[in-house]
Amino acid sequence: MSGIPHDHYEPKTGAEKWLHSRLPVVGLIYDTIMIPTPKNLNWWWIWGIVLAFCLVLQIVTGIILVMHYTPHVDMAFASVEHIMRNVNGGHMIRYVHMNGASLFFVAVYIHIFRGLFYGSYKAPREITWIVGMLIYLLMMGTAFMGYVLPWGQMSFWGATVITGLFGAIPVVGEPIQTLLLGGPAVGNATLNRFFSLHYLLPFVIAGLVIVHIWAFHTTGNNNPTGVDVRKGSKEEAEKDTLPFWPYFVIKDFLGLAVVLVIFWAIVGFMPNYLGHPDNYIEANPLVTPAHIVPEWYFLPFYAILRAFTGEVWVVQIASFVTGGIVDAKFFGVLAMFGAIIAMALAPWLDTSSVRSGKYRPQFKWWFLLLIIDFFALMWLGAMPAEEPYASLSLIASAYWFGYFFVILPLLGVIEKPEAMPATIEEDFDAHYGKKSEATPAE
Amino acid sequence: MFKKLVTGAAFALALVPAASFAAGGGDQHIEDFAFSFEGPFGSYDQNQLQRGLQIYTEVCSACHGLKLVPIRTLSDEGGPHLPEDQVRAYAADNFSVYDPELDEDRAAKPTDNFPVNDALGAPDLSLMAKARAGFHGPAGLGINQLVKGMGGAEYIASLLTGYTGETKEEAGTTFYENTAFPGGWISMAPPLSDEQVEFIDGHSNDLHHLSEDVSAFLMWTAEPKMMARKQAGLAGVLFLTVLSVLLYLTNKRLWAPHKGKKIS
Repeated sequence: MSGIPHDHYEPKTGAEKWLHSRLPVVGLIYDTIMIPTPKNLNWWWIWGIVLAFCLVLQIVTGIILVMHYTPHVDMAFASVEHIMRNVNGGHMIRYVHMNGASLFFVAVYIHIFRGLFYGSYKAPREITWIVGMLIYLLMMGTAFMGYVLPWGQMSFWGATVITGLFGAIPVVGEPIQTLLLGGPAVGNATLNRFFSLHYLLPFVIAGLVIVHIWAFHTTGNNNPTGVDVRKGSKEEAEKDTLPFWPYFVIKDFLGLAVVLVIFWAIVGFMPNYLGHPDNYIEANPLVTPAHIVPEWYFLPFYAILRAFTGEVWVVQIASFVTGGIVDAKFFGVLAMFGAIIAMALAPWLDTSSVRSGKYRPQFKWWFLLLIIDFFALMWLGAMPAEEPYASLSLIASAYWFGYFFVILPLLGVIEKPEAMPATIEEDFDAHYGKKSEATPAE
Repeated sequence: MFKKLVTGAAFALALVPAASFAAGGGDQHIEDFAFSFEGPFGSYDQNQLQRGLQIYTEVCSACHGLKLVPIRTLSDEGGPHLPEDQVRAYAADNFSVYDPELDEDRAAKPTDNFPVNDALGAPDLSLMAKARAGFHGPAGLGINQLVKGMGGAEYIASLLTGYTGETKEEAGTTFYENTAFPGGWISMAPPLSDEQVEFIDGHSNDLHHLSEDVSAFLMWTAEPKMMARKQAGLAGVLFLTVLSVLLYLTNKRLWAPHKGKKIS
């Protein structure tokens, strides 16, 4: 499957040959598990396994929760409390599912920023990157709809605000909003379709995850140097790589286990830390909460959505040029989705021929600023819509777009990259010393 | 330098997510009561929960329901842990419920939930201790949930002790000034006062203690499985720590033949 030369599965016994000539499933599994992987991968590369684990965890706990949950406006809230009180182990399963969503997003953000730093999105891995972005979008949709299901105050009002965004789109907006809600306002039809989609989308994600893996197994993994694996011969490739099993499976499991220590401590000792107290109040269409705040993983993009008010000159120009079609609300929606599209376009916006940020002296600092910007936006998204937060949101949003649309294209032209190792082997040996110099382990 | 900065930033991303910024607040004053159930090893005080149940039954239940709480759970371990026959008697003596099969009211049984009580528009108290996380600690970071709990019990206790004695009348409703209530004026008259409830064991019953006891009880009604959860949490953390150590050793040994001496 991979372009890197390596040993393939050879059926030995008669039964193996019989199966292999009809359905080469063992060969497929073997080639997938034994894929040559750059041996210099660092700890930022463990998050793929964490993400795969999260998907399985959420699907398994979710399926169990569905056995006891009732998707009806009059019963949903009580059925969740039924799970918390009367179902054996129900409180743990629900808290794991609830916090599992947060772990999923912690992992996906680190995974995305790892890709942005080491240039994993660059040729030939654009498809991997785009599929990854689709997965991320679906994750956001799934998480949003899942948050509505307990039918608390934040569920209800979050759904009202977010579906309202679609209403801001000219002409087609309102029909889309009505279609999403199943009526003029958030109600039983909304809850039911969100429940249905919340169950469906994880399986779509699972399908895309397979495509994601297929794509990067075709190109081979990126690595911290961004230098390609030598593909001239099997012997050469083996100097740069080690098989995924057992080397990276064990390493990734170690990373996963350490992450799970923290995760389990949160589930066990502070499971409501990331939630909002208002969601323990049953949804009430007549009472609006004082602050409607989305879950933490939406905050950066929520801040961008709110940053573009009618007073911002860019918005005023857009409104003037389009004859009022693009008003402040619609502009905010465009900006929010644009912020994600900007990330998805990174492979074509980045003009540098060097993949890894390690060898890009200026890029490093701009990238660090992007991470700070991300946290700043996250903080601003939780703050009330007033000064000085509004101005700060605008500056932070501007940097987000500036990074992708100005800095990435420009840097490739003006920046002088530093010297890179010629091979992955050289990089690995520079860290750990040559194998021949080592004292034997046994 | 750059590497350290990035690593630091990423760890911050992993460990201090931003919901912690989403603090409530305003001009409320929430006092930090020291409850027995705070922290990873904190547990409910069974006697305190029983006293709290008595206060709820004698005072709060006049206006507030606990509709999500099954009466039988009063005998649960990790809760008030009352004997089952006592729970049966408690249910029958204190509450009646409408039975759709009989089409009339009958005495409550342990299998029933506490009744709904919305006659005066008073909110149900089942989840109150989780629905009002008033206590956020320094800078509103919320991270002290680990050692101090969600803060809902603190909020309730602060509210019950937070009356200043001032009243005002607006549109025919009397409002009472309260330092813990958002906005400062609440329509609930001060429900508790010194020595309002007598305990059989003669436990002190000044306003401060009564407020604490009933708040602890309401923490239990909101989070009845807290003890089991913390036990599972501790067992899981220990298990995963051991697993991490074993995987660390396995990984080290596995990679050793491919690594020379570590330079740098």
